[in-house]
Amino acid sequence: MESGSLVTTSMNPSSSINTEADAAADPLLQVTGLSVASRDRQLVQGFNLTMNRGERVGLIGESGSGKSMTSTALMGLLPEGVNAVGTVRLAGREGNLLTASDRQMCRIRGNDMTMVFQEPLTALNPLMKVGPQVAEVMVKHKNVTGRRAAKNKAVAMLASVRLPDPAQAAQAYPHQLSGGQRQRVMLAMALANDPELLLCDEPTTALDVTVQRQVLDLILESVRQRGTGLLFITHDLSVVANVCDRVLVMNKGVVVEEGSAAEVFTRPRHAYTRGLLAASDLDASDEDGRLFTVASAAAYVPPKIKEVLAPMPAATLRAPRSQVPESHGSPGGPATGVEPVISVKNLVRTYQRGRTSLFAKPLEVQALRGISFDVQAGQRFGVVGESGSGKSTLLRILAGLDQPTSGSVRVAGNEVAGARESALVDLRRQLQIVFQDPMGSLNPRMRVQEIIAEPLLAPGQKVDSARQRRLVAQMLAAVDLPADSAGRFPHQFSGGQRQRISIARALICEPRILVADEPVSALDVSVRAQVLNLLSDLVDQYQLTLVFVSHDLGVVRHICDNVVVMNQGEIVESGATEQIYEHPQHEYTRTLVGASMSLRSELAARAAQSKGRFHANL
Amino acid sequence: MVVRLAVNVVRFIVTFFVATVAVFALMRAIPGDPAQISLGVNASPELLAQTRREFGTDRPLIAQYFDWVSGLPQGHFGVSFVTRRDISDMIADRVQVSLILVILSMIVALLIAVPFGTLAAVRHRRTSGILISGISQLGVAIPGFLAGIMLVVVFAVGLGWLPANGWTPPGQDFGDFASRIVLPVVALASVQGAILTRYVRSAVLEVMSEDYLRTARAKGLGKLEALVRHGLRNASIPVLTVTSIQLAALIIGAVVVERVFVIPGLGSMLLDAVGNRDMLSVQSVVMVLVAITLIINLIVDTLYTVLDPRIRKQA
Repeated sequence: MESGSLVTTSMNPSSSINTEADAAADPLLQVTGLSVASRDRQLVQGFNLTMNRGERVGLIGESGSGKSMTSTALMGLLPEGVNAVGTVRLAGREGNLLTASDRQMCRIRGNDMTMVFQEPLTALNPLMKVGPQVAEVMVKHKNVTGRRAAKNKAVAMLASVRLPDPAQAAQAYPHQLSGGQRQRVMLAMALANDPELLLCDEPTTALDVTVQRQVLDLILESVRQRGTGLLFITHDLSVVANVCDRVLVMNKGVVVEEGSAAEVFTRPRHAYTRGLLAASDLDASDEDGRLFTVASAAAYVPPKIKEVLAPMPAATLRAPRSQVPESHGSPGGPATGVEPVISVKNLVRTYQRGRTSLFAKPLEVQALRGISFDVQAGQRFGVVGESGSGKSTLLRILAGLDQPTSGSVRVAGNEVAGARESALVDLRRQLQIVFQDPMGSLNPRMRVQEIIAEPLLAPGQKVDSARQRRLVAQMLAAVDLPADSAGRFPHQFSGGQRQRISIARALICEPRILVADEPVSALDVSVRAQVLNLLSDLVDQYQLTLVFVSHDLGVVRHICDNVVVMNQGEIVESGATEQIYEHPQHEYTRTLVGASMSLRSELAARAAQSKGRFHANL
Repeated sequence: MVVRLAVNVVRFIVTFFVATVAVFALMRAIPGDPAQISLGVNASPELLAQTRREFGTDRPLIAQYFDWVSGLPQGHFGVSFVTRRDISDMIADRVQVSLILVILSMIVALLIAVPFGTLAAVRHRRTSGILISGISQLGVAIPGFLAGIMLVVVFAVGLGWLPANGWTPPGQDFGDFASRIVLPVVALASVQGAILTRYVRSAVLEVMSEDYLRTARAKGLGKLEALVRHGLRNASIPVLTVTSIQLAALIIGAVVVERVFVIPGLGSMLLDAVGNRDMLSVQSVVMVLVAITLIINLIVDTLYTVLDPRIRKQA
């Protein structure tokens, strides 16, 4: 493997980072030859890292790359049956952390070295108030004495991560806080003892776009202020570009490339890094107007520093898809005489919460507050919104899986409002959905053949088994899966392949409308581009109307002609995609566009911040 | 919280009265005339008619139902057609016996199950954990009465340490009560303890894989410290569910062990009443069981809200 020879930079930390003061002082963290293995598999091999005090290092990798195993090994929290060898030295602590006893490690964890995890929902004890959870880590390491002092310090920590009304937040249980607030609590906990090293494992992946920005800024600000070393683990290149000075790229348990963020992102040396960059860059496309994939990455030109520094000429970078001849033009414009394929008028959906008082009315949650829009045949229609915006409710109603409280929804000539289940058969044939989670949405007990053919069993369809097999084979070919996939089970496929199965299942009954609900958000970056390309091709090939629901503005921008932006059950803005992204009118859209990250914009922001230092590096 | 409690109390009352209708209807659907059963096949028609009047079974069913139901809230169940004794007095005695036996057994079972189940989970890959698992599996398989008989053979007959059977009310002679209740409690608790050990083990195993336990470890808490401080309360919720179900089942399920140790419990009374075709007693005992089960559910539901803040207020 050529990757081995590339891991040399760690031997020479001063070359990669010359901004921090004394690199000569003994390093904060020194990892040499770290290998992690379970009984039957090597998970991480030959991992080396030297980090100075206050340095911010990004560890990039896709699922299964071994990045999380590396961080858990550093913390000494590997699951049972997984073992690590090598040496890990932390400044101010004697000896190799990997061979230290659990008692010794307990003194280091939470005090010298702390960690923020990915899922803020499950990482906090649901039965314990937030304040005591923060106080616990300080009491444990005897950094405060007395209950009152611990309580006050906990409130102060919650204030420092800018939770509104920290004294009251301390009295809240985790479920009473939002995702972003919970992650702030995690951060308060991690910073409470002023550690030397903070490990963050995908801390913002589960958060909404606007919240992600805030939490990232908070992490960055906190570690800068305190001079804390940061090891930031993520799959998202743009996040790292913003936060870290230096990055390591991991693939299959091995570090394949290491260098300063600017270097790695603009002049990748390893083929894998280039592939990852190409696949995650939604602003760039190859000569056919398709996204780059790992396979086609050779032709990919990484962002240039100059290009990055200059304001991005978005139009030239975008896929020239508008030139592709399409029968239905005039995106966003008024209907061109033809009846729209989806027509939503004053759609309202309210839910009732459980009673909290005997006499007061039960609380009403307004998921959709009277929205209207039309989708023309052949359009690629994007629905963008954060969690709680009502986009999932909208989708359920469009698919006839839920009923509107009031208003009218016509889909391919079928009225959904008030329709009986039997009347929705035609709707279901005309509209099919690709769901977010390709694992959860495929029945694990069914073979791919049965899964894909299932829509053909709907009432009114008479398809004999020979024809079913032929159609399934056709669909498998259309989504680029081998023909022998038909006899296998979903768990035998990777995430991207499973999503291809979902797409094949959705398209077999030749619907007019394809609804894609966050179809790529559960997928790795390198797979995401492939699935998006496939989806795009199939929409053209089958002349589908696409409704694409996503929280990811970059993805929607790439794939959709028209977009509606939803916030708290209302459409705050709608129109042609480019128009909205370039000139957002509504306040919320502006916040959303401002908060969304792309590799280019993050590199540009970073370069603008440290122009002088940056040029010196080139 | 208050709302939840109020809703639960209302649900309790409604369920109870729906149950009275069901139980009454079922009992009356069984063929047979209480007066005939009481007097035998050769009774004269006049005597039969008189006895029916005496029992009240000559009146319309609806009137009989309301007679019976209106007495329930005050604990008046009526007089048995067979024994001619006041059912309320009998039930009061029997309920006391059953509750003491069953609650003591469950406490002992939990005292066994919580530490051993936790240990089995913490050491689930080690010999000690696997051993506890295996023993509890065996315990589940042994029927309670067999355990009872073996205990009697060893400790009462063999060693002569404890009386083999019988019952003394605790108020009458506490020492005798204590010596007589040890073996039946051990017999019931060993089986229940084995069942609960398995549930505690799986609940703790589940909690051990939770993210917040990893967070606790990342804060510097030791393995056991993290489990005790952050894990056990979380694990107690599923265990509470199983305990409540077992508790309700045991009130009657203890009947076999009651028979082995000659203890006058509610289960024995029900069995006798069924054997004697004593319909009024049967339906009264069943209603007491329904009430006990509902009370257990009410208590458990309240405990859930104490244990888990997430269901305290859905707002």
